[in-house]
Amino acid sequence: MPQKSMRDAINDALHIEMARDPRVIVLGEDVSGGAGGTSGEREASGGIFGITKGLLPKFGAERVIDTPISESAIMGAAAGAALAGLRPVAELMFADFVGVSLDQIFNQMAKFRYMFGGKTTCPVVVRLAMGAGMNMGAQHSQTIYPMLAAVPGLKVVVPSNAYDAKGLMLTALRDDDPVMFFEHKALYPRKCEVPDGDYTIRFGEASLVREGEHVTVVALARMVTFAEKAIDALAADGITCDLIDPRTVSPLDIDTILESVENTGRLVIADESPPRCSIASDIAAMVAQRGFRSLKAPIQMVTAPHTPVPFARELERAYVPSPQRIEQAIRLVMKESA
Amino acid sequence: MTTRPTPITGPLTRERLLDAYRRMKTIREFEERLHVEIQTGSIPGFTHLYSGQEAVAVGVCESLATNDYIVSTHRGHGHCIAKGCDIGGMMKEIYGRADGLCKGKGGSMHIADFSKGMLGANAIVGGGPPIAVGAAIACRNRGDGSVSIAFGGDGSANQGTVFEAMNLAVVLKVPAIFVYENNGYAEHTGASYAVGSNNITTRSAAFGMPAERCDGADFFAVHATMERALAHCRAGHGPYTIEAMTTRFYGHFEGDPQLYRAKDEVRAQRESMDCLKRFAADAGQHGISPADLESIDSEVLLAIDAAVSEAREAAPPAEADLLTDVYVSY
Repeated sequence: MPQKSMRDAINDALHIEMARDPRVIVLGEDVSGGAGGTSGEREASGGIFGITKGLLPKFGAERVIDTPISESAIMGAAAGAALAGLRPVAELMFADFVGVSLDQIFNQMAKFRYMFGGKTTCPVVVRLAMGAGMNMGAQHSQTIYPMLAAVPGLKVVVPSNAYDAKGLMLTALRDDDPVMFFEHKALYPRKCEVPDGDYTIRFGEASLVREGEHVTVVALARMVTFAEKAIDALAADGITCDLIDPRTVSPLDIDTILESVENTGRLVIADESPPRCSIASDIAAMVAQRGFRSLKAPIQMVTAPHTPVPFARELERAYVPSPQRIEQAIRLVMKESA
Repeated sequence: MTTRPTPITGPLTRERLLDAYRRMKTIREFEERLHVEIQTGSIPGFTHLYSGQEAVAVGVCESLATNDYIVSTHRGHGHCIAKGCDIGGMMKEIYGRADGLCKGKGGSMHIADFSKGMLGANAIVGGGPPIAVGAAIACRNRGDGSVSIAFGGDGSANQGTVFEAMNLAVVLKVPAIFVYENNGYAEHTGASYAVGSNNITTRSAAFGMPAERCDGADFFAVHATMERALAHCRAGHGPYTIEAMTTRFYGHFEGDPQLYRAKDEVRAQRESMDCLKRFAADAGQHGISPADLESIDSEVLLAIDAAVSEAREAAPPAEADLLTDVYVSY
């Protein structure tokens, strides 16, 4: 099976679906780039991260639409095009730019199906590049998926690897609800085995990345790899863990997490977002409500601090939860239940 | 190079012109040096260089006082230097050092110096103009004739926040000056495509304020336009717009391969649209000799060298700084 980066895997999914379904369009800033440029090169960019490369030459400017820097209009136009029968993929570039366009996402597209009594759907996929680790500063590094997962009507996808990203993107493109598709920038170049063909991964179905008996570790996006490192480091001490990657945070596969906690009695959640009102705190609350009697130790959350993302290398390194911090949390729940 | 305690009016004296040249040259050399330093990998993150647009920042800021405000953009180094920010503190911020202007927490896209009336660079396109209007309310209410400048690019002129800011400034009749630096490109897309009307001044005029276009490579043209804007605003007549036609000598960010630009475009523009060359050509008329400029050039290069070496050597922030300057109780 071919090895592909997450960048190429998402690009694959877009190619497959645009070829299959003529209703799919892509719009956003520099999704092709080069419009109005002086070189005459019409695909000068292919997306700032290269995710939409090759779409313009193949599908043309009516379906691959470069926009001005107008995030509200991009999101709103995607919502309107969806009401009128298209299936837009709206690129927001950096997830932080949700701030500019939030009304069109959470008051408009999120509400249409319910508010209009189920008489319409709003099949939009919003692509958002997120995450710290590249020193891009406070306004280009946030992991704001919990904010959108809190909004009824939106589905929220947070893939951790190339294989999942492709299958989840194909599911997103065929879903009739607005899907917020968060892509961690640090994962774009990371490769794994990805089939060339068409396959989908259901929303709300977690992936069991590792199996073990002592601790349940839930991790999202980049934290999955970090959790794997932590778990590997603990093997020498005879500590084994279930590692669960929910893959989508809305819907969330809480059942898989609860079943695992029933076996292990211990829970560590690793999440790059700040701790309050986060996916980590949400999962902790659900397990406390529904799995309280299984717990042998307090739940541990390994998160970023409640601060904006700092710029300096040393500070950003301290901001992002590390494999070492996850390892310490696992040791702590073991100790507290000894 | 500091900001003026009080605004300056009247003719551009030789002394003022030498200072303006020094600021433009400082911006140019600061950015050219960053271009080199970035390739060594010593500068973290994402940097957007201002080379090519110097006459706009300096033409706009030359006669401003410390109590006049500016709000800047992701391409903000030039605005900072023009408004009098310390280049040592800026360089340390860009390197992510503890004694950078924002303690290394902001970086290239978030430099601010409130003691100089520099209210912050911004990594959100169109994020700044509403903030500038707020500062303009403060200026109006103080009644001291101060003004607030919103810098933005051609790309920002397509943001709803910017439209709202312009209308609010007209409604409130506040002393805000919207400076659009039309460098031809919004990221990787041409302004001729993305600015539908291909003219930003007509948009501003439609909101009900005077709006002028000027040659952004010509310090004297920018300055003269700004003098009219300042006279209008300081007299209490409300906001004003300047669209300065300019270019950037580098990509949207450092590392941008610029496939959207014709091959020789930058080389040609470095000949025809270099504000420093244009300034030097006109300087003789103002009693400034090539030797005057050369001596500034060497002083500037030394100052940039010093800023870079100090930034390289400076200490990084301590890990404990992660949790300061914000409400943390979790």
